[in-house]
Amino acid sequence: MTKLTSLREAVAGIVRDGDCVYAAGFTHLIPFAAGHEIIRQRRKGLVLARATPDLIYDQLIAAGCARKVVFSYAGNPGVGLLKAMRAEIEAGRLEWEEYSHFSMISRLTAGAAGLPFLPMNPTGADDLGKVNPAFRRIADPYTGRPVVTVPALNPDVGIVHVQRADADGNCQLWGIVGEQREVAFAADRVLITAEEIVDPSVIRSDPNRTLIPGFIVDAVCHVPHCAHPSYSQGYYDRDNVFYLEWDKISSDPQKLNAWLAEWVYAVEDREAYWAKLGAETHRRLQVEPRWSEPVNYGKH
Amino acid sequence: MDTATYTAPELMTINASRMLRDGDVVFVGVGLPNLACNLARRTHAPNLLMIYESGVIGAQPARLPLSIGDPTLVSGALSVCSMYDIFAFYLQRGFISVGFMGGAQIDRFGNVNATVIGDYGKPKVRLPGSGGAMEIAAWADRWYIITPHQKRRFPEKVDFCTSAGFLGGRAERERSGVRGGGPLAVVTDLGILEPDAGGELVLTQVHPGIDPEQARQNTGWDLRRAPELRTTAAPTESELTLLRDLDPERIYLSSTG
Repeated sequence: MTKLTSLREAVAGIVRDGDCVYAAGFTHLIPFAAGHEIIRQRRKGLVLARATPDLIYDQLIAAGCARKVVFSYAGNPGVGLLKAMRAEIEAGRLEWEEYSHFSMISRLTAGAAGLPFLPMNPTGADDLGKVNPAFRRIADPYTGRPVVTVPALNPDVGIVHVQRADADGNCQLWGIVGEQREVAFAADRVLITAEEIVDPSVIRSDPNRTLIPGFIVDAVCHVPHCAHPSYSQGYYDRDNVFYLEWDKISSDPQKLNAWLAEWVYAVEDREAYWAKLGAETHRRLQVEPRWSEPVNYGKH
Repeated sequence: MDTATYTAPELMTINASRMLRDGDVVFVGVGLPNLACNLARRTHAPNLLMIYESGVIGAQPARLPLSIGDPTLVSGALSVCSMYDIFAFYLQRGFISVGFMGGAQIDRFGNVNATVIGDYGKPKVRLPGSGGAMEIAAWADRWYIITPHQKRRFPEKVDFCTSAGFLGGRAERERSGVRGGGPLAVVTDLGILEPDAGGELVLTQVHPGIDPEQARQNTGWDLRRAPELRTTAAPTESELTLLRDLDPERIYLSSTG
């Protein structure tokens, strides 16, 4: 059964005010177009969970969509800080709940596995556990040694961008696959954006690459260039120039509001956004192909 | 090329690179640690394996990556796995020999703060937070820090302990039961600090032409000198040439890098 729909309809139907939203992607395949659609639809009071909030949550926070952020690294990767998020936190206007990468991803993995929590070895650094009561210390029932636990995270909405999916929502992705699979399995409602919609036979030609099966997916949207200024491995490069520019844009609220007005509110959809970026940016982000060797599954 | 003079980032990177051993499995960060690893691979450690917390194993970056999630790390790598796998199977399981740590503050016992300056609930300065630093400091066999030597970066005690060094002393880290050995050295632009038997960072080496008193004055505690204070070997022409090749636009290696 086809789950193909427009991004506008998918966000309207799936993302509700007050939801806990996890937009997946460790640097790679970050679904920026979905973030912008949420801003345009003026969702409020969201709890934004992501290991690395990245620019997508800095923008959602700046646009006033968020009540709280749950994270483990609040930096602009390779550049510096997330200034909009930091300003809101320092002004006392944004709640936050903080983890390390492993504890954040353990929460998500527990959620994806239907477990109540997951244990981790202690790290000796206890300050985060003192300010975040979700960290608990229990005795390993087998050896009596201490382990640290964190509770499952089951977001209301998971948003995952992939290189290719079929209309049923079977998704194939490659390159850095940080926590996309875990987000899809942990979330109650799953929204997929894809660079390409392919025939199911393409999916079936390489089943090991299917990280997310269609039957757990609620909506599939065909959104080429969805990840810009993040990237889609093999499709277009990471726009490092924009990541550096954002550092300047986000340090001045006036500039930031002007940017949101021009690049989010005044833009109809991702197609219009990509066109607006212009030919020079398109050329700059172009990437030469580098194919893998096919594998032989055999006609068994 | 002028190899008689070098910048502070070049000096620190070359000294950090010398600490890596052939066959090390390194959890790499961007910036100077990435350059130090690539330099080591081109000099004395050709079998160094570079692993990134983004889940990339055996990266061979064709260009300088701006972030640890750069696509150049993936193309041509040995393996790519999920974040859970990299932290659980590789790091927590004990397969990582070396980590690099960054942070706003490093204290007397090598504890690192990358979270917040001031009170946690009402932060004076909110920093990015742990990322993978909490686990890397605990579970890598050994780790290093590269940082400019400034008093504000070296307080007696960190405002927030993001990553455990020796906590209140070497015995306390041992009691905590973490598997890794903790910080082995802090490489600064003035010299090298190493933990003594009790886990306190002491000045063991100064760079050529540096007065050890300058290091003491730029440290927030009464920095002790090792009984046999040594001087680091100046960067060689070949080290500088190879290193500058890795960062042709001098994004990280300029004097302000």
